Amino acid sequence: MKVERWTRTSRTFTAGVAALVVVLFAVPLVLDPDVVQKLTTLLILVLLAAMWNALAGYGGLLSVGQQAFIGIGAYGTVFFAGLGMTPYAAMVAATVLAGAISIPISLFALRLRAAQFAIGMWVIAEVLSLIVRLDRNLGAGTGISLIQLNQYEPNFRQAYTFWLALGFTVLFLAALFFLLRSPLGASLQAIRDDEDAARSLGVRVAARKRMLFVLAAFGCGAAGVLVVANTLFIEPASVFSVQWSAYMIFMVLVGGLGTFEGPIIGAILLFAIQTTFTQGGPWYLVGLGAAAALFALFLPRGLWGTVEERLGLRLMPVGYRVVDRRNGSGEVTTT
Amino acid sequence: MTIVNALLQGVFLGAFYAVLACGLSLMFGVMRIINLAHGDLAVLGAYIAFVVVDRTGASALVAFIVALPVMVVFGYVLQLTVLERSLKAGLLTPLLATFGLSIVIQNLLQIVFSPDVHSLGGSAGSLTTSSWQVTGGLSVSALGVVVLVVAVLVFSALQLFLSNTRAGWRMRATAEDADAAELVGIDSRGVYARATALAVAIAALGGLFLAIRSVFDPVSGPTQLIFAFEAVVIGGMGSLWGTLLGGIALGVAQTLGAQVHPQFSVMAGHLLFLAVLVVRFGGARFSLRFAR
Amino acid sequence: MTLLAVRDLDCRYGLLQAVRGVSFELAQGETVALIGANGAGKTTLLRAIAGAHRPHAGAILFGGADVTRTPPHRRVSLGVALVPEGRRLFPGLTVEENLRVAASRGRGRWNVASVLELFPMLQPRRRALAASLSGGEQQAVAIGRALMSNPRLLLLDEVSLGLAPVVVDAVYRALEGIIQEGATVVLVEQDLTRALQVAGRVVCMLEGRVVLEGEAASLDRERVVSAYFGLRRSA
Repeated sequence: MKVERWTRTSRTFTAGVAALVVVLFAVPLVLDPDVVQKLTTLLILVLLAAMWNALAGYGGLLSVGQQAFIGIGAYGTVFFAGLGMTPYAAMVAATVLAGAISIPISLFALRLRAAQFAIGMWVIAEVLSLIVRLDRNLGAGTGISLIQLNQYEPNFRQAYTFWLALGFTVLFLAALFFLLRSPLGASLQAIRDDEDAARSLGVRVAARKRMLFVLAAFGCGAAGVLVVANTLFIEPASVFSVQWSAYMIFMVLVGGLGTFEGPIIGAILLFAIQTTFTQGGPWYLVGLGAAAALFALFLPRGLWGTVEERLGLRLMPVGYRVVDRRNGSGEVTTT
Repeated sequence: MTIVNALLQGVFLGAFYAVLACGLSLMFGVMRIINLAHGDLAVLGAYIAFVVVDRTGASALVAFIVALPVMVVFGYVLQLTVLERSLKAGLLTPLLATFGLSIVIQNLLQIVFSPDVHSLGGSAGSLTTSSWQVTGGLSVSALGVVVLVVAVLVFSALQLFLSNTRAGWRMRATAEDADAAELVGIDSRGVYARATALAVAIAALGGLFLAIRSVFDPVSGPTQLIFAFEAVVIGGMGSLWGTLLGGIALGVAQTLGAQVHPQFSVMAGHLLFLAVLVVRFGGARFSLRFAR
Repeated sequence: MTLLAVRDLDCRYGLLQAVRGVSFELAQGETVALIGANGAGKTTLLRAIAGAHRPHAGAILFGGADVTRTPPHRRVSLGVALVPEGRRLFPGLTVEENLRVAASRGRGRWNVASVLELFPMLQPRRRALAASLSGGEQQAVAIGRALMSNPRLLLLDEVSLGLAPVVVDAVYRALEGIIQEGATVVLVEQDLTRALQVAGRVVCMLEGRVVLEGEAASLDRERVVSAYFGLRRSA
């Protein structure tokens, strides 16, 4: 019996992904700025889905308030740019701010039980939204633009933003990937499967969860930064909206909770739906909500999770495979 | 005088929040579920009453009496379809499923009724506007008193039901140990359905009060949910009378907050909620043990 | 008349098989002691008969009707009552509420008054919260609660567990009274002596299977002990 991490499929696939990333770098050089802006939106969705999945799928933490960090990223950028930093430096600073703020929040948030955590995070987002509304310098309730970006020619601006989005997405996905492959990752899977059993084996559950929480905060902050860079204008009602949580929940539940590839698929799906039904308004939201509820009840592993289970397929080498060569049939168990 | 006025308004506002929160608290007490669509169900009740008033010109009270059985049936259906299934699945499933449901309800309401804002203040007769002047600067609104009285009645009735009737004992028994309850002949499915129907009916009452005291639109639900949940947490999860007190505490926090700055009222409630969470659950071990 | 028939019952917890191919029959008025070491499958078997555990395979017939898929609360109205392992009273309810909460099947011998007569030590504790009772009192309430539905078949799971011998004596005295009145009883009991005292028949389980069955009077202790511990097993 052998324990393997890579299979031929996952080797091919990972090489393919690396190639894809290289190709994507060329996108702004080849495609129109409108298309580039749309693809930037897609990358934002991928990032958000991956981060929400990191929290809920790997940490068992259901947050309906990640928009708090999106807002910190977006308004942080405007704030730092207003202080005189160059826009792109302000973006990095805002991302760091989002992650930093999550640390004191985590001290009490992680002790809360499911519903209190979910709604507690939502209330924190609401509080931040209210604070922003009171600040004239941040545009109060009517919103504000990142005018400092006007110094760049639109084509360049869109390109830089796209590359930043690509960079962030690759960075955070890679961070999550290596986190899951490390011994830390195995303990995270254990926590997800049975928290009490994991704790009794010495897994430091609290520290692991904190790591995921802070990572997700960084990632959502980065997404917020990208939102303001991509759309230029932000207002508290949209940036701190619980709608973001609705999107994240849809992407991850439909794509596949707790799988690495699932959220990416969910993001692509949501992106496709959004671009098709551009002004679908309430109807497409009804569909989103119904789909999320139906998947939660009937298909909890999501599309990718079900496919993975049926076909025994694993594209990204995140888990382990036990290959039994004795009886020749190559029977495999995957985690 | 203004502080006393604010306190009084806070109590009245809090009674409204308590009614909103009552159903949420009941469902949590019996089934350990937090229904994230609770606020939207209250708003749905308001819309049904609104339709009755719009079509027939009846008073708000009559409209509510018509809306009530509809909501009760809806509650039964909700339990037997969505909630029952999610009870058996993991811890997160009820939250996810009810969140999805919340979005569905909000947007269906928007499709049927347009995003316009409505109110039933006009159909409640003089209730909405009348008040009594008491000793100079103190003004006691009739609506406020009615909501407070109704809140106390609803909570008392619920308490009497749970302590003095067989159906109430069965609900408590099922809440404490559903498995043992089944073994003793209690149909736990039926108990849960009844609890949900009751919770939804009381939510509809909350929706009616919302419609009378202010305005509502299809997306008012989440705000009501947050206030209801805050009331439940402040008063202590799992305690029925705690929810009434929690609602009043929330109301008072908001009205006192408004005294500090008009835009500070909702924030004051949020801060009270977060403070309660930190104190109750933040724990004594507040150290930054990050590197462990 | 056969009141209860269990046919080839197979009960599982995920991959773990707790009851394997168990079959036996129970006539009206019989008292059967179900014995065996911990983990033998006795509790699972009782719970399956009461409807609290869905069998993987096999059938349960009660009064001739197939009840294998009937939910537990409906089985109570058919006349099956289980006194669960660990008592499982409702801690926030009083003694009286615990009794009244149980379903009744119309008029029968058992009601609050007659239960309190059977267990006189409960009378002063009538309005006490179940959580405040002693072990013996809790056991009495648990048995009384099962009796409230006037069952045709009474299932008792480890009623002596955790109780002082004096208390167990009192409980068994009450049980003997019920049995003498013609009740049909299945009794899971760790204490072999007590089990053999009240039971007419003995069924011994080991690792989910029935390894010994017979009239209590005709079985000697040695045979029972070796079956209990599996000392002489066929391959």
